[in-house]
Amino acid sequence: MTPPSGITRVTLLKDLRLEWRSKDAINSMLFFSLLVVVVFSFSFDPSAEESRQIAGGLVWVAFLFAAVVALNQTWAREIRNQVLDAYRVSPAPANALFMAKTLGNFIFVSVLEALMTPLFIVFYRLRALGPSWPLLLVAALGTWALVVNGTFFAAMSLRTRSREIMLPLLLFPISIPALLAMVQATTAILNGEGARFWIVLLATYDLVFTTVCLLLFETILNAE
Amino acid sequence: MKKAFPILAVLTAILLSYALYLALVWAPTEQTMGNVQRIFYYHVPSAWTAFILFFINFVASLVYLIKRRPAADIIALVTAEVGVVFCTVVLITGPIWARPVWGIWWTWDMRLTSTLVLWLIYVSYLFLRRFSSGGQTPLLAAALAVLGALCVPFVYFSIWFFRTQHPQPVMGGGGSIDPRMLHVLLINWLAFSCFAFLVCWARYRLEKLQRDVDEAHAMESLLNPRGSVR
Amino acid sequence: MTAPAPVIIVSNLIKQFGRFAALRGVTAEFSGGKIFAILGDNGAGKTTLLRTLAGLSQPSSGEVKIFGAKKFCDVCQQVGYMAHPSLLYDEMSGMENLAYFARLYGITDIEYCAEVIRAVGLDPGLVRPVGQYSQGMRQRMSLARALLNDPKLLLLDEPFSNVDLHSATEMVRLLAGTRDQGKTIFIVTHQASLLEGAADEFVWMEYGKIVERTRDLKRLEAAR
Repeated sequence: MTPPSGITRVTLLKDLRLEWRSKDAINSMLFFSLLVVVVFSFSFDPSAEESRQIAGGLVWVAFLFAAVVALNQTWAREIRNQVLDAYRVSPAPANALFMAKTLGNFIFVSVLEALMTPLFIVFYRLRALGPSWPLLLVAALGTWALVVNGTFFAAMSLRTRSREIMLPLLLFPISIPALLAMVQATTAILNGEGARFWIVLLATYDLVFTTVCLLLFETILNAE
Repeated sequence: MKKAFPILAVLTAILLSYALYLALVWAPTEQTMGNVQRIFYYHVPSAWTAFILFFINFVASLVYLIKRRPAADIIALVTAEVGVVFCTVVLITGPIWARPVWGIWWTWDMRLTSTLVLWLIYVSYLFLRRFSSGGQTPLLAAALAVLGALCVPFVYFSIWFFRTQHPQPVMGGGGSIDPRMLHVLLINWLAFSCFAFLVCWARYRLEKLQRDVDEAHAMESLLNPRGSVR
Repeated sequence: MTAPAPVIIVSNLIKQFGRFAALRGVTAEFSGGKIFAILGDNGAGKTTLLRTLAGLSQPSSGEVKIFGAKKFCDVCQQVGYMAHPSLLYDEMSGMENLAYFARLYGITDIEYCAEVIRAVGLDPGLVRPVGQYSQGMRQRMSLARALLNDPKLLLLDEPFSNVDLHSATEMVRLLAGTRDQGKTIFIVTHQASLLEGAADEFVWMEYGKIVERTRDLKRLEAAR
């Protein structure tokens, strides 16, 4: 038997390979968040000093929208030709699949963030007043919070009608505390203030929701 | 059980009218805010009732996930529906009170914001129930209810920290309250809880009936040699 | 001589989709080492029965026992499932697909995957993605996927649809050979005539029930 971590690894590699060949998710995500950046710049003066105050929020809202695009893509791939059924009849554990999908989405969204952040810095003339390395930690924890719930809810919306609409309806309300923490932490760090409370909150949120999603995923996958 | 329903309905009606009398006539007029403060006797009991209903929803969903009893699913459904209604009452009465007292309809204060987020979570729950079809709805809904309930402490904690530097609401900020006002508040809460329970009960019976009818149709199609009743 | 113990026992299986009942009390026993052809009109519940046997669809009531186990996950190592859609990733080659699915069953031997592909009459060296295969090739690759874990029980849904006569005859020959090794095979199909001579029993379904089981296809076709 392949251990669950092995299944996760091969499934993740398979997803990365599929994405590398089609580039569906990453291209649409990039273009989408670029659009968000441009549209936002029309609604206020992006170069004003006050923009720094809202930059944290802006960045994360753009990433949240873009992540939804990627999240819908991950399961769409498994629904085509009903490949998911082939996984379900196999002895491979459901949670290995969930971890592979979550890690895959984490990688996609992280790549997006790495590519988009320089653009944000240029467009909005951002410059951190304090040390900016904690931003990396905030980005990692925040992205995980989005993708772990997002992967779960995307799997859940597979079982509903009009699943592409369903995902944001389910994901956004529950992500509000995480989003608030990300935005506040980012803004605090950009303004040279401490963000310990928010980072701890975000880490707790990640821990709780990862655990519960793992507990419930098998039930969701086999709900038919 | 069926006979208990009209009796409870009459009792609730009496209790509600008594609570209304207490709130509008008997309770002392607040010195600074005047009569508009009386909306507080609807606002606060509605909020408490909604919270209790959401809590029952959480417990019922957990029970459903573990035991797969259809009754637990119906309880989860009706408490979420009625809870959303009471939560809506909170969100509507809040601004009505805030406008004359604070001079604004809405402020992103901690309580308002967290109640709004709570409302959003349970509305998304009802959406999921609506959009998923077939036998899997109870399972999906129960999973979402558990995640939603777990999210609530995070909502309160994050918004509490986010908004601490902002002005606190006037009510319940640790200040003392006239004992007569507290009495009216508690009676109103009792009346509202009874009312909520009554509505949930009626809704439970309706939903159960609906499912029984569906079941009967399915049974009929099982017996019918042609397989379909359409 | 005693009759061999049945491989599959189905008792009073009911599956309802809302008000519609797809299976209306299926009770049957199937013994091992045979080919069963499941026939019937559209909507007779053939596919639902197969999906329930494969543990993909949970029955509303009733019970399925495969090799004596009530829970499908206890025996999934020994079951192969082929659905009407291909259950393959269109963007990957046949070999890549099989290598991935083999890992789900704990098989890491690539040469073994190649053998399975050769067994269904395809070339393992083919680099074309499965999406560009002809329908017949895709069906055969799909069969290879189902045969991957050397299952004792094979569940096949419309394996011959859109397959040319020559390929279909090849597939039947292959399946008969597998049966002769002691495997049990269920085939849901509309093309009963292909299986004449190969199938050991024809099972006729109507409105969610099994109404007739016979060895004689001619008589069955005359009666229906």
